Amino acid sequence: METIYLDNNATTKVAPEVLEAMLPFFKEEYGNPSSMHHKGGDVAAALRRARLSLASLLGCEPHEIVYTSCGTESDNTALWSALRTQPDKRHLVTSKVEHSAIINNAAFLARQGYKVTEIGVDRRGLLDFDELKAALTPDTALVSLLWANNETGVLFPIVETAALCREKGIVFHTDAVQAVGKIPINLKETCIDMLSLSGHKLHAPKGIGALYVRHGLKFAPFMIGGHQENGRRGGTENVPYIVGVGAAAELSEKNLPEENGRVKAMRDRLEEGLLKIPSTIVNGDRELRLPNTSNVSFEYVEGESILFHLSHAGICASSGSACTSGSLEPSHVLRAMGVPFTAAHGSIRLSLSTANTDAEIDKALEIFPAVISKLRDLSPFWKDGAPALDNSLLTCDTNSCQICN
Amino acid sequence: MWEYTDRVMDHFENPRNVGVVARIDGEGQVGSLSCGDALRLTIQVDKDKDLIEDAKFQTFGCASAIASSSALTEMIKGKTLDDALNLTNQDIADFLGGLPREKMHCSVMGQEALEAAVANYRGLPPRALSSEVVCQCFGVTEEEIERVVKTNRLTTVEEITQFTKAGGGCGKCVPKLEAILGRLLKKSSGNGSGEKTAVAPRMTALKRIKLIEEVINTQIAPALMQDGGDIELVDVDGDEVVVALKGSCSSCPSSKRTLSDFVTEKLRALVDPQIVVKEQRS
Repeated sequence: METIYLDNNATTKVAPEVLEAMLPFFKEEYGNPSSMHHKGGDVAAALRRARLSLASLLGCEPHEIVYTSCGTESDNTALWSALRTQPDKRHLVTSKVEHSAIINNAAFLARQGYKVTEIGVDRRGLLDFDELKAALTPDTALVSLLWANNETGVLFPIVETAALCREKGIVFHTDAVQAVGKIPINLKETCIDMLSLSGHKLHAPKGIGALYVRHGLKFAPFMIGGHQENGRRGGTENVPYIVGVGAAAELSEKNLPEENGRVKAMRDRLEEGLLKIPSTIVNGDRELRLPNTSNVSFEYVEGESILFHLSHAGICASSGSACTSGSLEPSHVLRAMGVPFTAAHGSIRLSLSTANTDAEIDKALEIFPAVISKLRDLSPFWKDGAPALDNSLLTCDTNSCQICN
Repeated sequence: MWEYTDRVMDHFENPRNVGVVARIDGEGQVGSLSCGDALRLTIQVDKDKDLIEDAKFQTFGCASAIASSSALTEMIKGKTLDDALNLTNQDIADFLGGLPREKMHCSVMGQEALEAAVANYRGLPPRALSSEVVCQCFGVTEEEIERVVKTNRLTTVEEITQFTKAGGGCGKCVPKLEAILGRLLKKSSGNGSGEKTAVAPRMTALKRIKLIEEVINTQIAPALMQDGGDIELVDVDGDEVVVALKGSCSSCPSSKRTLSDFVTEKLRALVDPQIVVKEQRS
């Protein structure tokens, strides 16, 4: 059975050229870049080259990049740096659809006495920009927003928000883990103060991330230690992985037109094909969205069941259903968008990459209808090819829960 | 990815007894579309023998919900109603070679659907209405929680969530779950039946502050009032409890002793042995 990998927002396959670039640094190039001898010097030079490649992808200066261990560390660093460097300001603005790295930090800060405002989104997942504008106060230390939503791919107006924050003297951070490599980014033309990214979403391995910190921005390190990364992140550099992200950045820059051309066309064809299945809806704005992501709900069936049947047929995907999240509730992103509960539990995220082929899309379009129909045959809410809602199992007994309402 | 047994995957991939029985003598519906899993079980009963002739299901839910439903129908077909009612959720899980802990609520759903179907056949009211709904998010009653805790010998709130989903939504009912669990554990250790010791439920900051306040108001203040004094809680910061003494206490030369001995001793005994009491001086 051939694998059709449509889960590239979860993680990507390490590109062969990335692995090739990394290998010498597991073998003969073992020096510490801080050492004052040639073994260290060679490695330091490789790090400089890798930093240049990432800076080129982001449109920033090499010294504005701080390497971290992952996207979550980048988010934590940005958030805590903004708060520690502005101890008098006690207000944080973010959105209702952020990654857990920001959401759970915001919840923690709220318990510590910070004021946290979470901006809502509309039915299509688009940010309520007026609500955001109204939320900014002189006490606001930081605005942090996802650039591209990991579940729906919907894009937030990051460039505009960053400009607004600059005008008001508020630090602006974006978690761009899903956006980097998929949409053009040119940081020096924006007012973005900090940007988080993660290597394993760009065909580099897991275990490496980076944070862009605009030149001149006040900064407090999250990991306190040595002079590495200009004293912004202590700890001996993860040399092979930094080199890997450099190679991945070069690859991403080269592949960007393909992401927005061939990959987008495959995504659109897949989505159009899936919409032919009855009672199927696309979650999220179909224009303001990453080129590789599609979030589709198959009503009256449950996501985990869909995933297992898909997996059995070779397809790898994700779901925003309660059963796959471990939280017992469907995705906070879909709930914030007001996706009806008939659809939230049956949501499937398909995320493509340049590694996918047209033949795979054809195969997926053969597999999907059979899987959905098999599960609908079991469902108490489906009869003779149409929804059957004449039973008492639609909502729970209490009728007061937050899921029903 | 969940670790499902081959048996679970078999019943998920090839579910047995899907649909509705030819003659519906009893019907049980559990869960809901909104909550993420729902099961409709129908049974056909041989009235002379009081025996389940046929059972079929329709399920909306995850792989383990579908497998549990399929297993349930296989287990009850041919059984008398009374024998079928003796099945526990653990029997369903065992039939499938076990379920991940987080998925045990699927087996509970199967067991409840069976009970509801038999009650429906016998013309009895559905049991969920007979006790207080504790978890509003998933509509779980106190009676249901008690039974699952006892049957499965659960000792933590996390396990209650895994088995019933209660507490897995907004989390507001967690203190109630802690209280129910505390009561049941106390009872079972009092009987000397279980080897499991009663684990003190984890206290949230709010609960802890409330308890400190309660002890001060009901245990400490009345004693001080007898001597014409009074005490007021000013602040709680971690283990440090700040109080203000009033009336004759505040000027009494032995007030320092009162604090260190009496107030501290009471709070340490009734709330937390780590507590340190400080007095706020005006």
